Amino acid sequence: MMVEMRDLRKTFGAAAALDGLSLSVGKGEFLALLGPSGSGKTTLLRVLAGLEFVSSGSIAIGGRPIQDVPARERQIGLVFQHYALFRHMTVARNVAFGLEVRPKRNRPSAAAIRDRVAELLEMMEIGDLGGRYPDQISGGQRQRVALARALAVEPALLLLDEPFGALDAKVRRNLRVWLRALHDRMGLTSIFVTHDQAEALDMADRVAILRAGRIEQVDTPDAVSRHPANDFVREFMR
Amino acid sequence: MPRSHPPRHPDADAPIAGPARPAQRRWDLAALRRRLAIGLALSAMAILLVLPLVLIFTEALSKGLDIALEALAEPEAWSAIRLTLTVAAIAVPINAICGTAAAWCIGRFEFPGRALLTTLIDLPFSVSPVISGLVWVLLFGANGYFGAWLDRHDVRIVFALPGLVLATMFVTFPFVARSLISLMREQGAAEEEAALTLGANGWQIFVRVTLPNIFWAMLYGVLLCNARAMGEFGAVAVVSGHIRGQTLTMPLYVEALFNDYEWIGAFSVAALLSMLALVTLALRMLLEWRIERDRSAGV
Repeated sequence: MMVEMRDLRKTFGAAAALDGLSLSVGKGEFLALLGPSGSGKTTLLRVLAGLEFVSSGSIAIGGRPIQDVPARERQIGLVFQHYALFRHMTVARNVAFGLEVRPKRNRPSAAAIRDRVAELLEMMEIGDLGGRYPDQISGGQRQRVALARALAVEPALLLLDEPFGALDAKVRRNLRVWLRALHDRMGLTSIFVTHDQAEALDMADRVAILRAGRIEQVDTPDAVSRHPANDFVREFMR
Repeated sequence: MPRSHPPRHPDADAPIAGPARPAQRRWDLAALRRRLAIGLALSAMAILLVLPLVLIFTEALSKGLDIALEALAEPEAWSAIRLTLTVAAIAVPINAICGTAAAWCIGRFEFPGRALLTTLIDLPFSVSPVISGLVWVLLFGANGYFGAWLDRHDVRIVFALPGLVLATMFVTFPFVARSLISLMREQGAAEEEAALTLGANGWQIFVRVTLPNIFWAMLYGVLLCNARAMGEFGAVAVVSGHIRGQTLTMPLYVEALFNDYEWIGAFSVAALLSMLALVTLALRMLLEWRIERDRSAGV
């Protein structure tokens, strides 16, 4: 197993955001975290990225426990819901960021960074936008820049928080197909958060349905829709 | 940086062009009223704001430019100018750093006592400047809490440069913090979190992500802080001790000259201070325009 989460608990004041959650994700898998708002999806993503810390439980990536590793050393790519692009940097500088902040001994040369950025932008099909600023491109393009920026550091795990939430329906459909193809081509392991069951069933290898910080069911899209584990899942998948 | 400009909204009050209609008359009346109101406001502004400024310059130059410049070349005038610049050069950078740190804490984090801290930052604005000066005299003056100890170790704070700097810092502390808090709350921490997951350390995040995002607003705060630091009278008057040629800043020197009926000297130094105000005003307009552009370009 690539990612192992065991009995994760996380409380904000009196409320439990994660309530004894366990989940495994296989290498190369594309897993959807599905659930209503407040079910703990985003908290789980932030915990994995190291932006929040669990009260108890363990997380291992590739067999290495990481729950106490600081975010900057985790090598996990996170694409934020509203992209969080650096607004005062060009698209190219955004993508280069993760490479440029590396300590000198393992930082690629300026030329190598430039090549890598060009290659990534080409892969995202936005090769001509390198010189633009985030406020000069469309929502769908920003999404691709955010993805390129996260992938530049070659993360072991890619996390996507409502990746299509801010986009209109048509762009959303195109990006879905494209993102899934990209995942397969690059051999990524990805977890993406959504509250849209059609999106989850359409894209994911497996779907995990969350409620109140616990997992109600994890299975293939087919199995989840045909054999819902309980009434909540049945209601939610409808 | 090459950036696009947001489309300008057409002026809603622009006069409507077209052939005259019966309704035209009513519109004329409304326009007349509006013009009258604007005229009144402008004359009030002219009397209250522009006239005093003009008077300062005419008084200073009433005996000719040479005499005015001579008054500024007096050793005591020169010492006042130097002292004012020194105090600002120490107080403003310290306040810029502390103010940015305070705004960062308040703007980016939730913690118990955050609201109290926000109010506390504004304290110097709500306290009379005289009290802001008196505090330091009570602490470090000859009869103050640390007065005897300081005297034994031959350290002078009150009636010397350190006291002037402390009083100025206290009075001008809110400027930088206030100009940043709302902006930093609005921007949120997402970009900094993104930088963190990409492997940046704290310093890299601050220099590459945080600082460029708040740069113009910070400069704005520094500008206002500097204008007040150079113009402060009340708090500084209490800790100065009024030693001519030693502890008189420009505003205090103006008062001293004025009390001695040295009109030309007083107005010449006042004119110099007014020029600082005009430069501040111009820079302020420039910065406001720049900040607005950045804000509307927010992603």
